[in-house]
Amino acid sequence: MSKEKKGKVWKYGDDINTDVIFPGRYTYKLMEPAEMASHAMEDLDPAFAKSVQPGDVIVAGKNFGCGSSREQAAACLKHAGIQAVVAKSFARIYFRNAINLGLAVLQCPEAVEVLKTGDEIEIDLAAGKIVSGSRVFNFFPLPESVLGIVEAGGLIEYTKKKLTSGS
Amino acid sequence: MTLSEKILGRKVGRALRAGEVVTVSPDYCLSHDNSAAIIGEFRKIGVARVKVPEKLIIILDHIVPAADEKYAQNHKTIREFVAEQGIPNFFDIQHGVCHQVLSEAGFALPGKLIVGADSHTTTYGAFGAFAAGIGRTEAASIWATDEIWLRVPETLRVEFLGALALGVYAKDVILKIIGDHGADRANYEAIEFSGPAAMDFSIASRMTLCNMAAEMGAKNAYFEPDEKAIDWLRPRVRADFKALRSDPDAEYEAVLRYDLSALEPQAACPHTVDNVKPVREVEGKAIHQALIGTCTNGRLEDLEAAASILKGKRIHPAVRTLILPASREVYLEAARKGLLEIFSEAGCVILNPGCGPCLGAHQGLLAAGEAVISTSNRNFRGRMGNRDSEIYLASPATAAASSLEGKITDPRKYL
Repeated sequence: MSKEKKGKVWKYGDDINTDVIFPGRYTYKLMEPAEMASHAMEDLDPAFAKSVQPGDVIVAGKNFGCGSSREQAAACLKHAGIQAVVAKSFARIYFRNAINLGLAVLQCPEAVEVLKTGDEIEIDLAAGKIVSGSRVFNFFPLPESVLGIVEAGGLIEYTKKKLTSGS
Repeated sequence: MTLSEKILGRKVGRALRAGEVVTVSPDYCLSHDNSAAIIGEFRKIGVARVKVPEKLIIILDHIVPAADEKYAQNHKTIREFVAEQGIPNFFDIQHGVCHQVLSEAGFALPGKLIVGADSHTTTYGAFGAFAAGIGRTEAASIWATDEIWLRVPETLRVEFLGALALGVYAKDVILKIIGDHGADRANYEAIEFSGPAAMDFSIASRMTLCNMAAEMGAKNAYFEPDEKAIDWLRPRVRADFKALRSDPDAEYEAVLRYDLSALEPQAACPHTVDNVKPVREVEGKAIHQALIGTCTNGRLEDLEAAASILKGKRIHPAVRTLILPASREVYLEAARKGLLEIFSEAGCVILNPGCGPCLGAHQGLLAAGEAVISTSNRNFRGRMGNRDSEIYLASPATAAASSLEGKITDPRKYL
């Protein structure tokens, strides 16, 4: 997860579910990052995968990532270059999956109200700040209990370190 | 304390309150066809052996039998890993949907902490377990460490009173609740199904309610274990268990109350599970396919409800009706009771127990412009095929009545 980056906003609505982020017909077929990225958001916005750029940010309403526990719904966005998802709220399993894969998930309803597709934004994770032009939005940094996982670069790296230090 | 606080509290050896984050050792960890991906993550961690192989439950159900060579390779990878690691609780493709199989095999026990790499893991709360869905990377980490962090959930209590009218089922109840309160009402929370009429629900109906609680965002959902649950479990139990219940002074985030006698058949309309209307408001909508079964509604009482409507009749010529029993046990019972014969004579296609077309990978997908009435749990855009197809969710009785007429139909006229 990068500390600070610029990108463009892709704005979506409430209850964006895992099936439209990454369709079930691919869940046991596509394992390669580039392949997964090329089908990201396919059933919601077919234009997304074609034009998304590294550093772009998804901004969405409440309950982002509801539905299946499929981790590809977080992985495909990360592989597509999305630096963060900013939403009013996240579905529980999606939130966990994103953290475990190192995709930043930020809860910031104020930013969601204002930002539109195409807006240029810059995110400072450490400072808990989203900047778009002259507008600044603050968000609460991730809870301490999960920061260790994020700082390690995801759960696999975190577990590796824990097992090494424990033995 | 609530049941969730008690189950997690027993794991850490101290009293817990909602909101605390704890690291716990689960009793069981379920995975299915996604075990192949979990194996990949597990290998990255760099440990040679699964820490406690007896806690893993691996059930192949999502694309069974393998629909193509890629799926076949996934299954092969899993079988080889199971042999290599000596994982005793492995269920190959013939058994059925993981949530039904795990329950029938006696792992879903009161007081147990069960996590599963599938969002409908909430189902085991029907037996008083704390059961929550997790991701595959987390599952890999559990395989290596026997640990996971969990937040102790707040609890939403749903109280039932009254009795269901003829033609109204558990599926209609949970659709009504989700429609009333939205797909995120219980996000991160536990749901306790309770009240004077809760224990009137059969075990199968309790599983339907707990299964679909995931569609309200719930972390776990449960019925407190009673004699009915214990009787169902008695011939199946795999381990000692302790039946826990919420204390009378337990704290709830909120209490919702439902008079079951006031409910009527419901349908979740495209493309979200909380877009719920009474069936009478969508009656007449043409359908091309019906799916009766799945982990939500593929148990014997569901198939009996559908068969009672289809018996001696033929489905509409423009409809394909697929019957998907939740498990081999259900399939066998349905065969012995003559239900499969009723379905076949009516013109239905009987699928092997498994996830079938529910997640859109095989066995009956939809073309653009087609509509299905399904007893499954999700109607997200494109889930069962083309992104321009439509999924309506309803009870098995509604799906059966709609199969006969080729359009969405209130089942009560056939009862």
